[in-house]
Amino acid sequence: MATQDEVLSGLAEIVNEIAGIPAEDVELDKSFTDDLDVDSLSMVEVVVAAEERFDVKIPDDEVKNLKTVGDAVNYIIANS
Amino acid sequence: MTSDNRTVVVTGIGAFTPLGADAASTWEGLVAGRSGVSPLEDEWAADLPVRIAARTAVDPGEVLPRPLARKLDRSAQFALIAAREAWADAGFTTPATEDGSPIAPERLGAVVASGIGGVTTLLDQYDVLKEKGVRRVSPHTVPMLMPNSPAANVGLEVGARAGVHTPVSACASGAEAIGYAIEMIRTGRADVVVAGGTEAAVHPLPIAAFANMMAMSKNNEHPQQASRPYDKARDGFVLGEGAGVVVLESAEHAAARGARVYCEAVGQGLSSDAHHIAQPEPTGAGVARAIEQLLESTDVNPAEVVHVNAHATSTPQGDTAEIKALRRVLGDHLDHIAISATKSMTGHLLGGAGGIETVATVLALHHRTAPPTINVDDLDPEVDADIVIGEPRALPAEGSITALNNSFGFGGHNVVLAFRTI
Repeated sequence: MATQDEVLSGLAEIVNEIAGIPAEDVELDKSFTDDLDVDSLSMVEVVVAAEERFDVKIPDDEVKNLKTVGDAVNYIIANS
Repeated sequence: MTSDNRTVVVTGIGAFTPLGADAASTWEGLVAGRSGVSPLEDEWAADLPVRIAARTAVDPGEVLPRPLARKLDRSAQFALIAAREAWADAGFTTPATEDGSPIAPERLGAVVASGIGGVTTLLDQYDVLKEKGVRRVSPHTVPMLMPNSPAANVGLEVGARAGVHTPVSACASGAEAIGYAIEMIRTGRADVVVAGGTEAAVHPLPIAAFANMMAMSKNNEHPQQASRPYDKARDGFVLGEGAGVVVLESAEHAAARGARVYCEAVGQGLSSDAHHIAQPEPTGAGVARAIEQLLESTDVNPAEVVHVNAHATSTPQGDTAEIKALRRVLGDHLDHIAISATKSMTGHLLGGAGGIETVATVLALHHRTAPPTINVDDLDPEVDADIVIGEPRALPAEGSITALNNSFGFGGHNVVLAFRTI
């Protein structure tokens, strides 16, 4: 099972790839929309990339609950 | 001028073409008679009957940041780069939505067209669907492939709220966009409009399809000689890609902010052939009607027309039909008009053609120089006109001069734009 740090750094790479935000700026308390320039369409890309990377399923209904990076990290750890 | 017949001028130009990453280098390439055509080395091209194209001189990925570029179809990337250049060239430093902008967003429009829209996005995402499954199809696919995407992205970039439009008429699209923009300003809907054409269709499917129509040159052995409008040996067009964008502005608005003016955008003439879905009308009757309509609806003085940037795509029928049309309307005066077929150098950018050729026409007036037509080794005797062959030619140094830019599209669309020195 992945640690919080491993999931965070993996997500940071994904957000960097998709939104161009420096990986070190992707922190647990950051909001995808407000802080990281990830709009609703790009969020779908982040989710699909995270599913593949962490071998987890993130249903469409769940995506709206993932407001911060921490929300996503917790969901991935709990469900992978 | 009354409010429904305002004078329109060109205050900014931008281009991203097979000859250069901006308008200046594109113009340099044009007057130098440089061909932008090269072999397609890609693996996907190996089995195609046509293995040449005029790709952009610079990859847009080198210009735009990756997070932005990956959300834009290649056609929108070209348009955005050219529009940014034109916007800055017109002296604007911020989007209209920012405080202190000399143009209110409600008085700013964007009209950018392409002939076939985000075709490479559509086809690439279909490959993703087949190879990797539904879940992997990009959520950006629809806003990337929609034909209005270049216009919408340019409108977002500059903050246009007077209207964003995308007229589609195959290879006449770019010219139709500029004509539409001229009308927006002339009739008072907007004071400034960013307008042009873009195309990015260098992909095996469009190439196979155009080649199977017998519309493309198959001169794979000599890529740089393949696009040869008016030459007896011409055998079809060479596909090009890129964008050309201009900033159009009411003369009054331009004067009020002290903008540099390249020339006047006098107006457009439009017609349709009702002849065949893809063949040009061989006598040039439809094109002649478009020129006549231009002369009726504007104050263009035919005697002042000294230059035509012809549609001339290097197809056997189309090149001569256009010349017949010009002769029919302009009569003996055609002998005094320097005709340039810049597609001999840029290839045919389809919906982007009207954009880059408008930039070329504006610069031809600005520098009073007609760019050459290259590869005319053996002029077709049916081409009864004064073609600028091989070397650029000086246009009259004094007095008001007018130039036309012709664009025609599959479907029988004819668009003639007129520009005039100030």
